[in-house]
Parts: sequence; structure tokens; C-alpha cells
Amino acid sequence: MTLNNKLSIKDFNFYYGLLQALKRITLPVKANQIFAIFGPARSGKTTLLKSLNRLTDLTFGSRHTGTILLDGVDIFDSKTSLTDLRRRVGMVFDLPTPLPMSIFDNVTYGPKLRGTTQKKQLIQIAEKALRSAVLWEEVRDRLNTSALRLSGGQQQRLCLARTLALEPEVLLLDEPCSGLDPISTASIEETLTRLKKEYTIVIVPHNIQQASRVADRCGFFLNGELIEEGTTYHMFTTPKDKRTEDYVTGRFG
Amino acid sequence: MRIDRTRYLTQGIAKILIWSATLFTIGVMILILFQILSDGLPVLRLHFFTESPRSMGREGGIFSTIIGTVALTFVAILFATPLGVGTAIFLREYTRETKVSRLIRFGTDCLAGVPSIIFGLFGFVFFVIYLNMGWSILSGGLTLAVMILPTIICTSEEAIKAIPYSYREVSYSLGGTKWQTVTRAVLPHSLPGIFTGVILGVGRSIGETAAVILTAGSSLVMPTSFFSPIRTMAVHFYILAREGISMEMAYGTGAALILLVLFVNIIANWLLNRYIRKKG
Repeated sequence: MTLNNKLSIKDFNFYYGLLQALKRITLPVKANQIFAIFGPARSGKTTLLKSLNRLTDLTFGSRHTGTILLDGVDIFDSKTSLTDLRRRVGMVFDLPTPLPMSIFDNVTYGPKLRGTTQKKQLIQIAEKALRSAVLWEEVRDRLNTSALRLSGGQQQRLCLARTLALEPEVLLLDEPCSGLDPISTASIEETLTRLKKEYTIVIVPHNIQQASRVADRCGFFLNGELIEEGTTYHMFTTPKDKRTEDYVTGRFG
Repeated sequence: MRIDRTRYLTQGIAKILIWSATLFTIGVMILILFQILSDGLPVLRLHFFTESPRSMGREGGIFSTIIGTVALTFVAILFATPLGVGTAIFLREYTRETKVSRLIRFGTDCLAGVPSIIFGLFGFVFFVIYLNMGWSILSGGLTLAVMILPTIICTSEEAIKAIPYSYREVSYSLGGTKWQTVTRAVLPHSLPGIFTGVILGVGRSIGETAAVILTAGSSLVMPTSFFSPIRTMAVHFYILAREGISMEMAYGTGAALILLVLFVNIIANWLLNRYIRKKG
């Protein structure tokens, strides 16, 4: 574990009541890379993502042991500001979750919470974020219409823009392309590859092909355990573990 | 064949029952409205609304009772809305389902079923006598506030409950505090539901008599402050009819009351629609 790891997960266990969702996870995530977490359903992928910005705190009866370091600082430390952490580690959910307000209000929701109120500044932020998420051209003339009128793919890119508007350091993406058509998927994947110059990205891809297309490194999860972790090339060509091999070749599950 | 015939028969009977139930309900409503309005509308002249009652209400208009009704309802809503909505927010957002929250909910459910005269008695003992507020707009308004509180809590809670969990999750994930999340992601979208509860409360306040007589009095004098006693339109109607002062004026007051409730509902609907349209 060295300091150039953006995120270091060490001996991390997570429990929902009596159910253990994550078992002794130790995983480094390097800066400016895309790290993909794949595995079958209920293997703990979403739990790990939500642990990284402590959205798991919202779940009653959950607890954890172990540490997660962001730039070498423990995110569970009592001195860590929860709101700062969530601004630094942004998340996009698996289903498009636009709030029932205008496109502009959606994109500027985070900055407004942070205390940015100047209209001019907010417009700049919105334009930059929407451009990053490749949505600007489609919505520039109707920023004040309801976000609910956008198509599914546009809504998901809006959610990405909304997260980007806070200029986080780490992006957590939970199956950001589920329910999207191949063209929208391609445009989001293209965006991600471009974004990794500025961000560290942890993604739960919606299938392993997507992992192989976008990720620099991958981790394979099964029943809450990290089975294997390595470069995407290694994971897809010469996996060490039999279970990983079975999964990536489609012989599994 | 026989099964088919039974089925058609059941279908037919069900249809007749449902239709007659609906017709009966609408019929009764129309009958009541017709009865009051046919006797009351002829009394409604402009001076009926602008003049205060004279000689016990036998002559003059009902101006002071309109003021009384509006003031009393205003006080009731002013106190009940923040308390009720606050309680609902507490129950839904600030606490988990525990013994305490269940106790609070059980309490409000019980309160909702208590007859209004009991609230009147409580208001008389507590506000009028113990707090020495006398028969006044304030005593009556506070009593009505306590009476409509369960309705507002219940409807607000339902409205808040209907907001998808994802709105909250999104707000937190963007660095929102609990307060920011409640005020920006939850409340604005549950406002229409909360509004419905408030309007129900307004309706009950306008129509209440028993609790009002015990706490706000039945004075026909024009109120000068929130400590003045007043008579509401509903109480005026009751006294005019009960004591045989003037059936004509009683029906006039009744008709005016119906029009007031109608007016409040139309305005409320209009405001609500405007709010929803503005949000897109």
C-alpha cells in the first residue's frame, strides 16, 4: 500500500445486521484509473461502492470493521466531515434518479447545497458539467424544463453531470448503463474514458464486456469476497483463480 | 351454462348495488344543498355580508361572524400547520420506527377519534380558565388547532412517506445535510399532500360549533383583538335555529357558510394547480 493509491481498502468487513455482505476486503485503487468491480448479483459490489462515500450510514443496523483510506486519511475517522467526503467521492446510481425539478436545478443541486448561490457561477458550473457528460448540446435550449421529460439515457447522463458538477475526486458508478440502449451506453463509456484523466473512477459495470472495454484494473467479487484483482488484461486472459476464469468465460452462474 | 347465468346475475346485482349507493349519496347531498340554498339564497344580499347582526341576529347581516370565522380558522391553521408538519417530519425523517414513534402515532390516531365537544371542554378548562385567556379568538383557535392536529399529522406523514427513497439518497450523496435533504428533496414534493391535510383542517374549523361555543364564546360584537370573544358563522346558524330567533337568517347564514367552504376549496385547488404547474 503506497500513498499514490487514491483509495486503500484494508481488511474491510461489512454487516447488515447478522448478514455479512463484505468479507475481509483489501483493495488498492490507483488515481486516474478506472477500476471495475464485477461479479454475480448479491456479491457485495453495491455495498462496497456505497461504503466508499459512507452512503451505507443511511442503512439502519449496518456496521463495519477495517479501514478505508482516501488519500491516506481514514474516511470513518470521527474528524472526517461526511458532507465533504460525499462531495469528494460522488456517486451515480444504477437507475436514473433525476429529482422532479428542472434540468438546471438538478445539475446545480450539489453546488447549491455547498453554498454556491451566484446565478452566473451556477450557469458556468452547469454548462461545464453538462458538457462533460455529453448532454449540453441536447439540453442547452431547455435547461428550465423538467428533468423528468428527458429520455432514460439523457436522465442518466444528467445524473452523471449532477455528480460532476461538484468536481469530485472519485466517481462511483453503480451500473450506470443498466437500462440504456447501446448508443447511450457507448456515449457514457466514451465519457468515462475521457474523464479518468481528471477523476478516479470505481465502476460496477452492467456486464463483464463493459469491464473489459473501459477498465484499467478489475476485481472479481463472489459472495462478499474479493476473489481476485489485477489489470484488466490479466483478469481476462490469465486469471489465477479457477472461479474468475469460469466467470469471465461465461461458464459460471 | 348455469355457471354463466349465475355470473351474469352476480354482475347485474353488483352493478345495481354500486349504482344505487352512488345515487343515494349524491341524492342526499343535493337534497341538503337544495334545502339550504333554496331558503338561504334569497336572503343573500350585499348588505347581508357587510352589516353586523342587530337584535340578536334577527336583523342586519352576518359581517362580524364572517370575521370571527376567518380569524378563528386563521389562528387554528397558524398553530396547527407548523406543529403538525413538524411532527410528521420528525416521525418520518428524524426517527426510526421505535416504541416512541409508535406511541406518538397511536396517540394521534386516538386524538383523531375524540368527539369535538371533548376538545371544547379541554380548551375551556385549559385555555379559557387555566391560562386565563377567556372566551377569545385565541382560546378558540388554539382549541381548534389541537383538534385538527391529528388530521394534519396523518396526511403530512402519508405525503412524506410517498417520496421515493432515491430522492433522499441522491441528496445525501451530493453532500446534503439532513436538514437540506428534508427541506429541498422531500418537503417541496410532499407539499401538495400536506396542503390537502391543511384544507381538511380548514373545513373542520369552519364547520365546528360545540368546541367553539365553549372556547370562543358567542358574542355578536365585532372583535377588536385576538383576545376578543367572537361568534362564528356555524355557531350563529346554530343559535339562530336552536333558539328560533329567525329561520330566514339561519338559512341565509347556512348558505353563506356553504359558499365560503366552496370558495376556500376553489382557491386552494387553484393555488395547488399553479404550484404543480410551476414545478413542471
